[in-house]
Amino acid sequence: MEFFIISLIKAGIVAFVLLTTLAYLQWVERKVIAHIQLRMGPSRVGPHGLLQPLADVIKLITKEDLLPPHVNKFFYLLAPFLAVTMALLSISVIPFGPEIEVFGYNTWMQLTDLNIGVLFILAISSMGVYGVALAGWASNNKYALLGAMRSAAQMISYELPMALAIAAPLLLVNTLSLREIVEAQSGYAFGFLPHWTIFQAPFPQFFSFIIFLIAGFAETNRIPFDLPEAENELVAGFHTEYSSMKFASFFMAEYANMITVASITVILFLGGWHPLAPGLAGDLIPPAIFALGGLVCLYHGLHPARGKDRYTLPVFGLIFLGVAAVLLIPALKAIVLPLFWFAAKTGALLFTFIWVRGTLPRFRYDQLMGFAWKFLFPVAILNLLVTGFMVALV
Amino acid sequence: MDVILFLAFAAFAVVCGINVVLQSHPISSALSLIGVMGSLAVLYLLLGAEFIAAAQLIVYAGAIMVLFLFVIMLLNAGSEAKRGRSLLVQFMGVPVMVSLLGLLSYFVLRLFPAAPPVRFGNFRGGSPRSFGEVLFTQYLLPFEVTSVLILIAIIGAVVLARKEID
Repeated sequence: MEFFIISLIKAGIVAFVLLTTLAYLQWVERKVIAHIQLRMGPSRVGPHGLLQPLADVIKLITKEDLLPPHVNKFFYLLAPFLAVTMALLSISVIPFGPEIEVFGYNTWMQLTDLNIGVLFILAISSMGVYGVALAGWASNNKYALLGAMRSAAQMISYELPMALAIAAPLLLVNTLSLREIVEAQSGYAFGFLPHWTIFQAPFPQFFSFIIFLIAGFAETNRIPFDLPEAENELVAGFHTEYSSMKFASFFMAEYANMITVASITVILFLGGWHPLAPGLAGDLIPPAIFALGGLVCLYHGLHPARGKDRYTLPVFGLIFLGVAAVLLIPALKAIVLPLFWFAAKTGALLFTFIWVRGTLPRFRYDQLMGFAWKFLFPVAILNLLVTGFMVALV
Repeated sequence: MDVILFLAFAAFAVVCGINVVLQSHPISSALSLIGVMGSLAVLYLLLGAEFIAAAQLIVYAGAIMVLFLFVIMLLNAGSEAKRGRSLLVQFMGVPVMVSLLGLLSYFVLRLFPAAPPVRFGNFRGGSPRSFGEVLFTQYLLPFEVTSVLILIAIIGAVVLARKEID
């Protein structure tokens, strides 16, 4: 009984945090892209547009929910449901932190640990294609169908280098359970180099990391691989005919997939919740970062570029300083610091996703396929062979 | 709990299997087949074969059925037209099928009368580690021969496709 209650509470917390992150990831994306393009980004709803996600949610819920007359009704309604379910499902096996003690209970910061965790993620991500493919087909629209076909072909092609890139670090850690993968990456070589698979002897998994990230971009249909929804050729691709919450669920699925890919990358290659530096340095870096952010905000609040900044920036500065103080509390250290490192690494990868979107143009379709089959796949096989050879030698 | 889950997913598999035949549209049939494969994966999981369950999902539901769906969409196959059935099928279809099932179950019961009943959780050895050990020691030859067979099939497909283009 206790187990069920704890599991329910954990699931509730994870679902709440995940959905909030989904909403705010979109705000971050719009802000970052705007600043890359020398614009302001959302700035009307709330200070610095911080309430924009809330406004978007209200807009999407209250919009008219169109059901076009020419669609295959059952599959048209099933597709967004499938997409969002498959996207949210994989978060259930991701470990966010080590075992912690809360009010006398020992529990892992993870919903469930499977001894086939990596395979589970692969299975779920390969099922995610159905949402997109069915949406395009059931819409009964040329552009949507083209988008769905492209998406299916692209996701099947990029799953191969992705699986091979996952297999290489698994040779170093010798397990398929995500929790054990992270635990195998604890410790430091030479006293300072983290024992993450990306730095690990005998063969640092740097190439797998790059291959996995590229394939991850393709699997999540992000620029430069966003051909399924290429606006200038396909209107909006597979979700052309969707409106209101059904459209929003595709949007949510895309962002949830981004978060999953980023967390899996962190777990497989960047040591999960393990800190960057050993001992005291690892404990002091997080509060230092927040304190620095807080001080920068306070400084800019005292020398405001715009009138509004005089009030908003000091508030943010104080919040950051408060977070820094919380990170220093010894009692909370065991809970907060691993979470910080996991979130910081995942956030850095998510920022890379957005950065790439603001920087790179879209591939041509034949280039996309040629790249997957003629370059990425052979390189992934070569990387796996070399890793296997080195592991066998040592 | 195990029995309830087994009954639920076995029933789902059977319903989906019947649906594959009943549906007139190829996409609906393909999706029902995915349902069958998904529930089979759950049944494997219940029996303690985690790796087989994951492989079932990745390979069959995730890869092969996506290709099926892809081809159906590419050809833009519409619903099958229902043709008039012959009298023989109309009247004899169900009795013949029932008697076939009866015969099959009779022979199974006759041939394996003392087979021990399946118990959930008895089987240990479905983990990827033990699976890999068996695959690379006891069944190494069949495994390698199968992989060569698949390689031959791939090369054959490439050769056939090339001829078509020329």
